[in-house]
Amino acid sequence: MIPAGFDYVRAGSSEEAVALLAEYGDDAKLLAGGMSLLPLMKLRLAVPAVLVDVGRVEDLSYVRDGGDHVAIGALTCHRDLETSELLAAECGVLRSVAAEVGDNQVRHRGTIGGSVAHGDPASDLPAVLLALDATFVAQGPAGSRDIASDAFFEGFLETALAPDELLTEIRVPKTGAGGFAYEKFNRRAQDWAIVGALVTRVGDATNVALVNMGTTPLRARGVEAALVSGATASDAAALAADGTEPSGDLNASPEYREHLARVLVRRAIEAVSG
Amino acid sequence: MSVNGGAQDHDVEPRTLLVQYLRENCGLTGTKVGCDTSSCGACTVLADGESVKSCTMLAVQADGAAITTIEGLAPGAELHPVQQAFHEHHGLQCGYCTAGMVMAVVGFLDENPNPTEREVRLGIEGNLCRCTGYQNIVDAVLAAAAAKSGVSS
Repeated sequence: MIPAGFDYVRAGSSEEAVALLAEYGDDAKLLAGGMSLLPLMKLRLAVPAVLVDVGRVEDLSYVRDGGDHVAIGALTCHRDLETSELLAAECGVLRSVAAEVGDNQVRHRGTIGGSVAHGDPASDLPAVLLALDATFVAQGPAGSRDIASDAFFEGFLETALAPDELLTEIRVPKTGAGGFAYEKFNRRAQDWAIVGALVTRVGDATNVALVNMGTTPLRARGVEAALVSGATASDAAALAADGTEPSGDLNASPEYREHLARVLVRRAIEAVSG
Repeated sequence: MSVNGGAQDHDVEPRTLLVQYLRENCGLTGTKVGCDTSSCGACTVLADGESVKSCTMLAVQADGAAITTIEGLAPGAELHPVQQAFHEHHGLQCGYCTAGMVMAVVGFLDENPNPTEREVRLGIEGNLCRCTGYQNIVDAVLAAAAAKSGVSS
Protein backbone atom coordinates (compact mmCIF):
# COMPACT_ATOMS: atom_id res chain seq x y z
CA MET A 1 0.00 0.00 0.00
CA ILE A 2 1.31 3.39 -0.98
CA PRO A 3 0.08 6.49 0.85
CA ALA A 4 -2.03 9.03 -1.01
CA GLY A 5 0.02 11.83 -2.55
CA PHE A 6 1.29 14.65 -0.41
CA ASP A 7 3.83 17.47 -0.48
CA TYR A 8 6.97 16.94 1.56
CA VAL A 9 8.99 19.63 3.31
CA ARG A 10 11.92 19.07 5.62
CA ALA A 11 12.47 21.28 8.67
CA GLY A 12 16.05 21.92 9.75
CA SER A 13 15.16 23.33 13.16
CA SER A 14 12.25 23.52 15.56
CA GLU A 15 11.75 27.19 14.62
CA GLU A 16 11.52 26.26 10.96
CA ALA A 17 9.05 23.46 11.78
CA VAL A 18 6.80 25.89 13.66
CA ALA A 19 6.99 28.38 10.77
CA LEU A 20 6.05 25.64 8.29
CA LEU A 21 3.10 24.59 10.46
CA ALA A 22 1.94 28.21 10.53
CA GLU A 23 2.26 28.36 6.74
CA TYR A 24 0.35 25.16 5.94
CA GLY A 25 -2.11 25.15 8.84
CA ASP A 26 -4.50 22.21 9.24
CA ASP A 27 -3.32 20.62 5.99
CA ALA A 28 0.05 19.73 7.53
CA LYS A 29 1.15 16.88 9.77
CA LEU A 30 4.50 16.57 11.49
CA LEU A 31 6.55 13.50 10.59
CA ALA A 32 9.09 12.26 13.15
CA GLY A 33 9.99 8.56 12.93
CA GLY A 34 6.77 7.78 11.11
CA MET A 35 6.05 4.57 13.03
CA SER A 36 2.46 5.64 13.78
CA LEU A 37 1.71 8.14 11.04
CA LEU A 38 2.94 6.21 7.99
CA PRO A 39 0.81 3.09 8.71
CA LEU A 40 -2.24 5.36 9.12
CA MET A 41 -1.43 7.08 5.81
CA LYS A 42 -1.00 3.75 4.03
CA LEU A 43 -4.47 2.75 5.25
CA ARG A 44 -5.83 6.17 4.18
CA LEU A 45 -6.93 6.78 7.78
CA ALA A 46 -4.76 9.90 7.64
CA VAL A 47 -4.50 11.90 4.42
CA PRO A 48 -2.41 15.00 5.15
CA ALA A 49 -1.76 17.34 2.22
CA VAL A 50 1.69 18.26 3.54
CA LEU A 51 4.21 16.36 5.63
CA VAL A 52 6.64 18.50 7.62
CA ASP A 53 9.56 16.16 8.34
CA VAL A 54 11.22 17.02 11.66
CA GLY A 55 13.17 13.75 11.75
CA ARG A 56 16.47 15.51 11.14
CA VAL A 57 16.18 18.18 13.83
CA GLU A 58 19.09 16.70 15.74
CA ASP A 59 19.09 19.21 18.58
CA LEU A 60 15.80 17.69 19.75
CA SER A 61 17.42 14.29 20.38
CA TYR A 62 18.93 14.16 23.88
CA VAL A 63 18.58 12.84 27.42
CA ARG A 64 19.90 15.45 29.89
CA ASP A 65 20.12 15.94 33.62
CA GLY A 66 17.85 18.90 34.36
CA GLY A 67 18.63 19.14 38.09
CA ASP A 68 15.41 17.99 39.74
CA HIS A 69 14.25 16.23 36.57
CA VAL A 70 15.49 14.45 33.45
CA ALA A 71 14.88 16.38 30.22
CA ILE A 72 14.30 14.37 27.05
CA GLY A 73 14.26 15.83 23.56
CA ALA A 74 11.03 15.00 21.73
CA LEU A 75 12.91 13.40 18.82
CA THR A 76 14.85 10.96 21.00
CA CYS A 77 14.23 7.49 19.59
CA HIS A 78 13.11 4.60 21.80
CA ARG A 79 16.44 2.86 21.29
CA ASP A 80 18.28 5.85 22.78
CA LEU A 81 15.96 5.81 25.81
CA GLU A 82 16.51 2.07 26.16
CA THR A 83 20.30 2.47 26.21
CA SER A 84 20.52 5.70 28.25
CA GLU A 85 22.61 5.25 31.40
CA LEU A 86 21.24 8.50 32.80
CA LEU A 87 17.66 7.24 32.47
CA ALA A 88 18.59 3.83 33.87
CA ALA A 89 19.90 5.51 37.02
CA GLU A 90 17.44 8.39 37.41
CA CYS A 91 14.17 7.18 35.86
CA GLY A 92 14.54 3.44 35.36
CA VAL A 93 10.83 3.00 34.71
CA LEU A 94 10.97 5.02 31.50
CA ARG A 95 14.08 3.22 30.25
CA SER A 96 12.49 -0.14 30.96
CA VAL A 97 9.14 0.63 29.32
CA ALA A 98 10.87 2.14 26.26
CA ALA A 99 12.51 -1.26 25.76
CA GLU A 100 9.02 -2.81 25.51
CA VAL A 101 7.82 -0.60 22.66
CA GLY A 102 7.28 -2.51 19.40
CA ASP A 103 10.42 -4.30 18.22
CA ASN A 104 14.05 -3.38 17.51
CA GLN A 105 13.29 -1.93 14.08
CA VAL A 106 10.46 0.20 15.46
CA ARG A 107 12.59 1.40 18.38
CA HIS A 108 15.31 2.55 15.99
CA ARG A 109 12.90 4.89 14.18
CA GLY A 110 10.11 5.72 16.62
CA THR A 111 10.49 8.73 18.92
CA ILE A 112 9.14 9.55 22.36
CA GLY A 113 7.65 12.80 21.09
CA GLY A 114 5.99 11.10 18.15
CA SER A 115 4.44 8.49 20.42
CA VAL A 116 3.18 11.13 22.85
CA ALA A 117 1.84 13.50 20.19
CA HIS A 118 0.06 10.61 18.46
CA GLY A 119 -1.82 10.03 21.73
CA ASP A 120 -2.74 6.38 21.24
CA PRO A 121 -4.23 4.90 24.44
CA ALA A 122 -2.69 1.51 23.53
CA SER A 123 0.85 2.93 23.48
CA ASP A 124 3.28 2.23 26.29
CA LEU A 125 5.01 5.58 26.71
CA PRO A 126 1.98 7.89 27.15
CA ALA A 127 0.85 5.81 30.15
CA VAL A 128 4.25 5.81 31.83
CA LEU A 129 4.57 9.57 31.34
CA LEU A 130 1.08 10.04 32.81
CA ALA A 131 2.06 7.93 35.83
CA LEU A 132 5.24 10.01 36.23
CA ASP A 133 3.36 13.35 36.19
CA ALA A 134 5.64 14.33 33.30
CA THR A 135 5.67 17.84 31.84
CA PHE A 136 5.42 18.38 28.09
CA VAL A 137 7.02 21.43 26.49
CA ALA A 138 5.33 22.71 23.34
CA GLN A 139 6.73 25.36 21.01
CA GLY A 140 4.36 27.49 18.98
CA PRO A 141 4.38 30.80 17.11
CA ALA A 142 4.02 32.70 20.42
CA GLY A 143 6.80 30.82 22.19
CA SER A 144 7.01 27.84 24.54
CA ARG A 145 4.50 26.58 27.08
CA ASP A 146 4.48 23.73 29.58
CA ILE A 147 1.60 21.25 29.59
CA ALA A 148 0.99 18.95 32.57
CA SER A 149 0.53 15.30 31.65
CA ASP A 150 -2.93 15.10 33.24
CA ALA A 151 -4.09 17.88 30.89
CA PHE A 152 -2.34 16.55 27.80
CA PHE A 153 -4.28 13.49 26.59
CA GLU A 154 -7.74 14.73 25.61
CA GLY A 155 -9.31 11.95 23.56
CA PHE A 156 -8.62 9.14 21.09
CA LEU A 157 -5.51 10.33 19.19
CA GLU A 158 -6.20 13.86 20.48
CA THR A 159 -3.86 15.89 22.64
CA ALA A 160 -3.63 19.41 24.02
CA LEU A 161 -1.10 20.31 21.30
CA ALA A 162 -2.45 22.99 18.96
CA PRO A 163 -2.14 22.39 15.19
CA ASP A 164 0.64 25.00 15.02
CA GLU A 165 2.63 23.61 17.97
CA LEU A 166 5.63 21.28 18.05
CA LEU A 167 6.35 19.11 21.09
CA THR A 168 10.01 19.80 21.90
CA GLU A 169 10.80 18.31 25.31
CA ILE A 170 9.48 15.90 27.92
CA ARG A 171 10.50 16.31 31.58
CA VAL A 172 10.25 13.42 34.00
CA PRO A 173 10.95 13.35 37.75
CA LYS A 174 13.98 11.52 39.11
CA THR A 175 12.47 8.35 40.51
CA GLY A 176 15.64 6.29 40.77
CA ALA A 177 16.58 3.03 39.12
CA GLY A 178 13.77 0.87 40.52
CA GLY A 179 10.44 1.12 42.29
CA PHE A 180 8.22 0.22 39.35
CA ALA A 181 6.50 -2.64 37.56
CA TYR A 182 4.92 -2.78 34.12
CA GLU A 183 2.54 -5.61 33.32
CA LYS A 184 1.84 -5.69 29.59
CA PHE A 185 -0.59 -8.29 28.28
CA ASN A 186 -0.50 -9.06 24.58
CA ARG A 187 -0.89 -12.03 22.28
CA ARG A 188 2.21 -11.62 20.16
CA ALA A 189 5.63 -10.42 21.29
CA GLN A 190 5.70 -7.19 19.29
CA ASP A 191 2.03 -6.26 19.69
CA TRP A 192 0.31 -3.35 21.35
CA ALA A 193 -0.89 -4.06 24.87
CA ILE A 194 -4.40 -5.52 25.02
CA VAL A 195 -4.23 -4.02 28.51
CA GLY A 196 -1.20 -2.71 30.38
CA ALA A 197 -0.77 -1.69 34.01
CA LEU A 198 2.05 0.49 35.21
CA VAL A 199 2.80 1.06 38.89
CA THR A 200 5.64 3.37 39.89
CA ARG A 201 6.81 5.17 42.98
CA VAL A 202 7.14 8.93 42.52
CA GLY A 203 8.53 10.40 45.74
CA ASP A 204 6.31 9.03 48.53
CA ALA A 205 3.40 8.33 46.21
CA THR A 206 2.54 5.13 44.36
CA ASN A 207 1.09 6.06 40.98
CA VAL A 208 -0.91 3.70 38.78
CA ALA A 209 -1.60 4.12 35.06
CA LEU A 210 -3.56 1.98 32.61
CA VAL A 211 -2.87 1.27 28.94
CA ASN A 212 -5.74 0.66 26.50
CA MET A 213 -8.58 0.99 29.02
CA GLY A 214 -10.32 3.91 27.30
CA THR A 215 -9.83 6.59 24.68
CA THR A 216 -6.76 7.98 26.48
CA PRO A 217 -4.13 6.58 28.84
CA LEU A 218 -5.64 6.70 32.32
CA ARG A 219 -4.60 7.09 35.93
CA ALA A 220 -6.30 4.63 38.30
CA ARG A 221 -6.94 7.27 40.95
CA GLY A 222 -9.22 4.98 42.97
CA VAL A 223 -6.44 2.42 43.30
CA GLU A 224 -3.94 5.13 44.29
CA ALA A 225 -6.30 6.50 46.99
CA ALA A 226 -6.92 3.02 48.35
CA LEU A 227 -3.18 2.40 48.63
CA VAL A 228 -2.74 5.69 50.51
CA SER A 229 -5.37 4.58 53.01
CA GLY A 230 -3.58 1.28 53.55
CA ALA A 231 -5.57 -1.15 51.41
CA THR A 232 -3.98 -4.47 50.43
CA ALA A 233 -2.82 -4.97 46.85
CA SER A 234 -5.86 -7.15 46.14
CA ASP A 235 -8.37 -4.72 47.62
CA ALA A 236 -6.83 -1.72 45.88
CA ALA A 237 -6.52 -3.53 42.53
CA ALA A 238 -10.20 -4.51 42.67
CA LEU A 239 -10.91 -0.84 41.92
CA ALA A 240 -8.67 -0.74 38.82
CA ALA A 241 -11.45 -0.81 36.22
CA ASP A 242 -13.80 1.55 38.08
CA GLY A 243 -14.83 4.47 35.89
CA THR A 244 -13.13 3.10 32.78
CA GLU A 245 -14.85 2.53 29.46
CA PRO A 246 -12.57 0.15 27.55
CA SER A 247 -13.36 -0.73 23.95
CA GLY A 248 -14.13 -4.18 22.64
CA ASP A 249 -12.36 -5.65 19.62
CA LEU A 250 -11.18 -8.97 18.18
CA ASN A 251 -8.67 -9.36 21.00
CA ALA A 252 -10.85 -8.64 23.99
CA SER A 253 -14.34 -7.65 25.11
CA PRO A 254 -14.74 -4.67 27.46
CA GLU A 255 -15.48 -7.07 30.34
CA TYR A 256 -12.30 -9.04 29.65
CA ARG A 257 -10.27 -5.82 29.58
CA GLU A 258 -11.75 -4.83 32.95
CA HIS A 259 -10.77 -8.20 34.36
CA LEU A 260 -7.27 -7.87 32.94
CA ALA A 261 -6.90 -4.40 34.47
CA ARG A 262 -7.72 -5.71 37.94
CA VAL A 263 -5.37 -8.69 37.63
CA LEU A 264 -2.48 -6.78 36.05
CA VAL A 265 -2.70 -3.89 38.54
CA ARG A 266 -2.63 -6.37 41.43
CA ARG A 267 0.44 -8.10 39.99
CA ALA A 268 2.21 -4.79 39.42
CA ILE A 269 1.45 -3.52 42.96
CA GLU A 270 2.70 -6.79 44.40
CA ALA A 271 5.87 -6.59 42.31
CA VAL A 272 6.60 -3.05 43.50
CA SER A 273 5.82 -3.88 47.14
CA GLY A 274 7.62 -7.21 47.14
CA MET B 1 21.58 7.89 -0.83
CA SER B 2 24.21 5.18 -0.70
CA VAL B 3 22.94 1.64 -1.23
CA ASN B 4 25.38 -1.19 -0.54
CA GLY B 5 28.24 1.26 -0.93
CA GLY B 6 27.19 2.67 -4.30
CA ALA B 7 25.53 6.03 -4.92
CA GLN B 8 21.88 5.97 -5.99
CA ASP B 9 20.22 9.12 -7.26
CA HIS B 10 16.62 9.21 -8.46
CA ASP B 11 13.79 11.70 -8.43
CA VAL B 12 10.87 10.07 -6.65
CA GLU B 13 7.45 11.05 -5.43
CA PRO B 14 7.44 11.87 -1.69
CA ARG B 15 5.09 8.95 -1.05
CA THR B 16 7.54 6.40 -2.45
CA LEU B 17 8.33 3.85 0.25
CA LEU B 18 11.96 2.88 0.81
CA VAL B 19 11.22 -0.77 -0.01
CA GLN B 20 9.58 0.26 -3.27
CA TYR B 21 12.56 2.49 -4.09
CA LEU B 22 15.05 -0.30 -3.43
CA ARG B 23 13.13 -2.86 -5.48
CA GLU B 24 11.87 -0.72 -8.36
CA ASN B 25 14.36 2.13 -8.73
CA CYS B 26 17.52 0.33 -7.62
CA GLY B 27 16.50 -3.12 -8.94
CA LEU B 28 17.39 -4.78 -5.65
CA THR B 29 14.63 -7.35 -5.22
CA GLY B 30 16.26 -9.29 -2.39
CA THR B 31 14.31 -7.14 0.08
CA LYS B 32 10.76 -8.48 0.27
CA VAL B 33 7.38 -6.90 0.93
CA GLY B 34 5.56 -9.13 3.40
CA CYS B 35 2.72 -7.76 5.48
CA ASP B 36 3.27 -4.15 4.36
CA THR B 37 2.13 -2.99 7.81
CA SER B 38 5.47 -3.01 9.70
CA SER B 39 4.57 -6.22 11.51
CA CYS B 40 6.47 -9.02 9.75
CA GLY B 41 9.96 -7.63 9.19
CA ALA B 42 10.45 -9.19 5.72
CA CYS B 43 11.44 -5.75 4.40
CA THR B 44 14.14 -5.14 7.03
CA VAL B 45 17.28 -3.34 5.80
CA LEU B 46 20.02 -1.44 7.61
CA ALA B 47 19.90 2.37 7.56
CA ASP B 48 23.18 3.81 8.83
CA GLY B 49 23.80 0.44 10.47
CA GLU B 50 20.46 0.18 12.27
CA SER B 51 17.71 -2.26 11.31
CA VAL B 52 14.57 -0.57 9.97
CA LYS B 53 11.39 -1.76 8.25
CA SER B 54 11.63 -0.31 4.77
CA CYS B 55 7.88 -0.61 4.14
CA THR B 56 7.30 1.99 6.86
CA MET B 57 9.92 4.49 5.84
CA LEU B 58 9.72 6.95 2.98
CA ALA B 59 12.56 6.94 0.47
CA VAL B 60 12.92 10.69 1.11
CA GLN B 61 13.51 9.96 4.80
CA ALA B 62 16.52 7.86 3.77
CA ASP B 63 17.90 10.64 1.56
CA GLY B 64 21.61 10.84 2.38
CA ALA B 65 21.64 7.65 4.47
CA ALA B 66 23.78 4.57 3.93
CA ILE B 67 21.42 1.67 3.22
CA THR B 68 22.52 -1.97 3.32
CA THR B 69 20.32 -4.67 1.80
CA ILE B 70 20.77 -8.42 1.70
CA GLU B 71 22.61 -8.05 -1.63
CA GLY B 72 25.25 -5.90 0.06
CA LEU B 73 26.20 -8.21 2.91
CA ALA B 74 28.90 -10.23 1.17
CA PRO B 75 30.65 -10.02 -2.21
CA GLY B 76 29.98 -12.49 -5.03
CA ALA B 77 29.38 -16.08 -4.01
CA GLU B 78 30.65 -15.54 -0.48
CA LEU B 79 28.22 -15.73 2.41
CA HIS B 80 28.14 -13.34 5.36
CA PRO B 81 28.71 -15.23 8.66
CA VAL B 82 25.01 -14.79 9.52
CA GLN B 83 23.98 -16.17 6.10
CA GLN B 84 26.42 -19.05 6.60
CA ALA B 85 24.93 -19.81 10.01
CA PHE B 86 21.36 -19.79 8.60
CA HIS B 87 22.59 -22.21 5.89
CA GLU B 88 24.28 -24.57 8.34
CA HIS B 89 21.48 -24.58 10.92
CA HIS B 90 18.59 -24.79 8.46
CA GLY B 91 17.27 -21.43 9.62
CA LEU B 92 14.79 -21.22 6.74
CA GLN B 93 12.31 -23.25 4.79
CA CYS B 94 10.40 -21.22 2.20
CA GLY B 95 12.89 -18.37 2.49
CA TYR B 96 10.47 -15.48 2.17
CA CYS B 97 11.28 -14.01 5.59
CA THR B 98 14.98 -14.82 5.33
CA ALA B 99 16.40 -11.65 3.78
CA GLY B 100 14.68 -9.51 6.40
CA MET B 101 15.48 -11.96 9.18
CA VAL B 102 19.19 -11.98 8.26
CA MET B 103 19.33 -8.18 8.10
CA ALA B 104 17.59 -7.87 11.47
CA VAL B 105 20.07 -10.35 12.95
CA VAL B 106 23.10 -8.56 11.47
CA GLY B 107 21.88 -5.31 13.06
CA PHE B 108 21.04 -7.03 16.33
CA LEU B 109 24.45 -8.72 16.68
CA ASP B 110 26.18 -5.38 16.09
CA GLU B 111 24.29 -4.02 19.10
CA ASN B 112 24.53 -7.16 21.20
CA PRO B 113 27.47 -9.36 20.09
CA ASN B 114 27.05 -12.00 22.83
CA PRO B 115 23.32 -12.46 23.37
CA THR B 116 21.59 -15.06 25.49
CA GLU B 117 18.94 -17.23 23.86
CA ARG B 118 16.25 -15.08 25.51
CA GLU B 119 17.86 -11.93 24.09
CA VAL B 120 17.99 -13.50 20.63
CA ARG B 121 14.26 -14.28 20.77
CA LEU B 122 13.49 -10.70 21.84
CA GLY B 123 15.95 -9.38 19.25
CA ILE B 124 14.03 -10.97 16.38
CA GLU B 125 10.54 -10.29 17.74
CA GLY B 126 9.96 -7.90 14.86
CA ASN B 127 10.41 -10.66 12.27
CA LEU B 128 7.82 -13.32 11.60
CA CYS B 129 8.64 -16.74 10.13
CA ARG B 130 5.70 -19.00 9.37
CA CYS B 131 7.76 -22.12 8.55
CA THR B 132 10.48 -22.89 11.03
CA GLY B 133 9.00 -22.41 14.47
CA TYR B 134 12.02 -20.17 15.08
CA GLN B 135 14.15 -22.84 16.83
CA ASN B 136 16.62 -23.24 13.98
CA ILE B 137 16.76 -19.49 13.45
CA VAL B 138 17.64 -18.98 17.11
CA ASP B 139 20.28 -21.71 16.80
CA ALA B 140 21.70 -19.96 13.73
CA VAL B 141 21.86 -16.58 15.49
CA LEU B 142 23.63 -18.08 18.51
CA ALA B 143 26.07 -19.88 16.18
CA ALA B 144 26.74 -16.68 14.23
CA ALA B 145 27.39 -14.81 17.49
CA ALA B 146 29.78 -17.53 18.65
CA ALA B 147 31.58 -17.55 15.30
CA LYS B 148 31.90 -13.79 15.39
CA SER B 149 33.44 -13.80 18.84
CA GLY B 150 35.88 -16.50 17.75
CA VAL B 151 34.37 -19.31 19.81
CA SER B 152 33.69 -22.59 18.06
CA SER B 153 30.04 -23.54 17.94
